[in-house]
Amino acid sequence: MKMNGAQMVCEALIAEGVKTVFGYPGGAIMNVYDEIYKQDGFEHILNRHEQASVHAADGYARATGDVGVAMVTSGPGFTNAVTGLATAYMDSIPMVVISGQVPLSLIGTDGFQEIDAVGISRPCTKHNYLVRELSELPRIMKEAFHIARTGRPGPVLVDIPKDITAEFGEFVYPESVDIPSFKPTVKGNKRQIEKAIEAILKAKKPLLYIGGGVTLSDSSDLVRKIAEMGQIPAVETLMARGVMGAKNPLLQGMLGMHGNYSSNMAMSETDLVISLGARFDDRVTGKLSEFAKYADIIHVDIDPANIGKLVDVDYPIVGDLANVLEKFIEGLEGKIKPERYTDWREVLERYDNLHPQSYVDSDKVIKPQWAIERIGELLGEQAIITSDVGQHQMWAAQHYPFDRPRQWINSGGLGTMGFGFPAALGAKKAFPEKTVVNITGDGSILMNVQELVTAAEYKIPVINIILNNHFLGMVRQWQTFFYEERYSETDLSFQPNFKALAEACHGIGYDVTTKAEFDAAIKDAIEKDKVAFINVQVARFENVLPMVPAAGALYNMMLPKKEDNTKGEK
Amino acid sequence: MENVRRVISVLVENESSVLSRISGLFAGRGYNIETLTVAPVPNSNLSHITIVTKGSARVLEQITKQLHKLVPVYKVIEHDEMVEKEMVLVKFPIEESLADIEALCAAYNGGIVNVGVNICIGMVADEPCRVRHFLEATQRYNPIEIVRGGVVAIER
Repeated sequence: MKMNGAQMVCEALIAEGVKTVFGYPGGAIMNVYDEIYKQDGFEHILNRHEQASVHAADGYARATGDVGVAMVTSGPGFTNAVTGLATAYMDSIPMVVISGQVPLSLIGTDGFQEIDAVGISRPCTKHNYLVRELSELPRIMKEAFHIARTGRPGPVLVDIPKDITAEFGEFVYPESVDIPSFKPTVKGNKRQIEKAIEAILKAKKPLLYIGGGVTLSDSSDLVRKIAEMGQIPAVETLMARGVMGAKNPLLQGMLGMHGNYSSNMAMSETDLVISLGARFDDRVTGKLSEFAKYADIIHVDIDPANIGKLVDVDYPIVGDLANVLEKFIEGLEGKIKPERYTDWREVLERYDNLHPQSYVDSDKVIKPQWAIERIGELLGEQAIITSDVGQHQMWAAQHYPFDRPRQWINSGGLGTMGFGFPAALGAKKAFPEKTVVNITGDGSILMNVQELVTAAEYKIPVINIILNNHFLGMVRQWQTFFYEERYSETDLSFQPNFKALAEACHGIGYDVTTKAEFDAAIKDAIEKDKVAFINVQVARFENVLPMVPAAGALYNMMLPKKEDNTKGEK
Repeated sequence: MENVRRVISVLVENESSVLSRISGLFAGRGYNIETLTVAPVPNSNLSHITIVTKGSARVLEQITKQLHKLVPVYKVIEHDEMVEKEMVLVKFPIEESLADIEALCAAYNGGIVNVGVNICIGMVADEPCRVRHFLEATQRYNPIEIVRGGVVAIER
C-alpha cells in the first residue's frame, strides 16, 4: 500500500499492538502527529514535558511487560527525553522512542532544533537508528520493537528526519526480523546447568540472590518453586521486590546498602550464591572483597557481559531465566532435601530476631515508615506502587508488603528523581482498575510536577503521597553521617502549598499531619477518583536504616536505634 | 591485576555510525585503545576493525562481551595465534644516504616508495615490535615525519 512515512510509523505501531503512545509534538515530528490525528488505532497522551512522556512509557512497560512507546520532536524534545532513555536503559526496560529529526538535507548544518540524537543516545540506548531512506523505515520499526524486547530488554531510539515522514512509498510491514548479528543466547548450557545443580545439592548454606531479571522475564513462579522445593532462603534486590512475596518465610528481605540485617548477613555467610537475573550492583555488594566471601557463585543472566563483570563466577550460565530455571527444577526434583538446610535457616531466623527491620513509632509525628506500612495495610496486594528516588524510595522498598512482581516500579539503576509520577501515569493507563500510588518526597515530586495537568486532563487518577520532611532527605542523611551535619543546599523548607498546587491543576490535595488524617486522605482520594497530592508531614530527621556506608562490607551495618531517634524535631 | 596487550578483530555491519559505537564504547567504559584500523571486507557488507588494547584479564573479557552486545557486531575474535602486521611511512631529508635508507627499509620488509626534490619516503610493514626497532634505527637519518598505520591481524 502507498503511504507517507508518517502513516508508516502509525501503521507499524498498530501492527505492534501498541495501545498508548506518550508524547509531545513539535516541528520535526509534525507529519507523524498529523497522521496520529487521523487514526484511531492507538491513544496518544500529551504529557507536559518530554521527560515525563518517556517515564510514562517506561512505567507502562514495567507494569505490563510490553514495549512502552514515546514520541518526541527533534532538538530539545529529544534532549528532554534523554533522562528517560537512560533510566530505562539502566533498568533494562523494553521501550521504543520515536524522535523527529530535521530534514536530511539540513542534517549537519546546525539547523533549527537540530541535535545529533543518535550520537547523544548511543550510550543510553540498547540500539538506535537514524532513518536515512523511507524504504528502510518499516524494517527499522520492526527491528526496534524486536531488539527492545528480545534478550536483555532495553530502550531503542528511532530518529526520523522530517522529509522522510512526508515522502510517499510502498508500505509492507515485515513479518519477521533477520538480524544475523543479534541472536541472544536463550538456552543455558546443559553441562553448566548440571554442574550448578550439583553445587546446589552439595551446598550447606545456599542463598537465592534474586534480581530485576526475574521480574523482567516473568519467571517469579519458577523462582518461588525452587525456593519451596529446597526451602532455600532468598534475598531480593531493589528491582526484585515482590518476586518472593512479602509473607514468604524464606524471604529474608532486601539486601544491600539499605538491606535488612538477616539479608546482608545471609549474603556474608552463604556458601553458595544462586544469582538469578541480578548484576552485583555496587549498592548491593558493598565492599567487593568482602562480598559473599565464603561462597561459590552461580550466576544466571541473559547478558553475558553481566557475568564476571564485578565478581568471579564459578558457575556462569548465559540464558533466559525461565528456560534455565525449568532445567534447574527438573534437575533438583526428588534430589533436593529441605532438611539439609535447616541449620542455615535457623541461623538466619536468629539474625532476623536479633535485628528485625524496625523503626520506633511516635505519637507526636508521622514516621515515614509508618506511612508506608499503613499504605500497605490499606491497599496491600492490589495496588501498584511507584516511587521517586531518595529516602521515601528506600522506606517503600523496606516496608511495603509487595506480593507480586511488577507491583513495585522505581528507578533503581539511574536513580532518577521525577520518575515516579509519570511512571504512575503509565502504570495506571495500563491497569485503570488498580489503585496506583506514587510514593514520593518533597524534593522529587517537583521534578515532574507538571504532570498534574496531564493526569487531570486525561482523568488518570494516581495518588501521590508526598512524605514531606522539608529536606532533600537522602542527601541530608549523608550530610548527617558523613559531612558533620553541614546541610549544604538540602533544606527544602521553602516549598509550594502542595494542596493548592494540586487543586490549581484540577486535582485534589490533602494536608496531613496525623495518622487519622492520613487514613482519611487515602480513602477520600480513592473515592474522589482524581489525581491527588497527599502532603504528609513526616519526622524531619528520620534516617533510612540499616545502612552500609558506601564501599563498606555488607556485614558492617549501621542499625536502627531501639529508642526514638526523632532528633531536632520541632 | 596485570595489564596485558591484546589484539581484537571485530567484524561489523558496514553502516554509518558503527565506528562511533565501537569507539564510544571504549571511551564510555574507560577501555584503552592503542591502535584502531578499519576497512571494508571485500565482497560483503561487513567491515573489519582491528583494535589493539591493554587491560587486566577482567577488562579484556568485558571488552569482548560488551563488543558482542552491540547490535551491528557480527563477530569478535580475540587473537592468539595470529599474523600481525603494522605499516609505517617515514619521510627523510634527501641529503641522507638513500642506499642506507633503502637497506634499512628492506631489512624490515619495505623499501623506498617515493623520492622527491627534497625528501624521500620509506615504507615498511612488519610486526609491531619490529616496527618499533625500525623506527629506532631511522633516528640516525633525521626523519622529518613518521606515520604509523595501526595494526592489522589475521588468525593463523
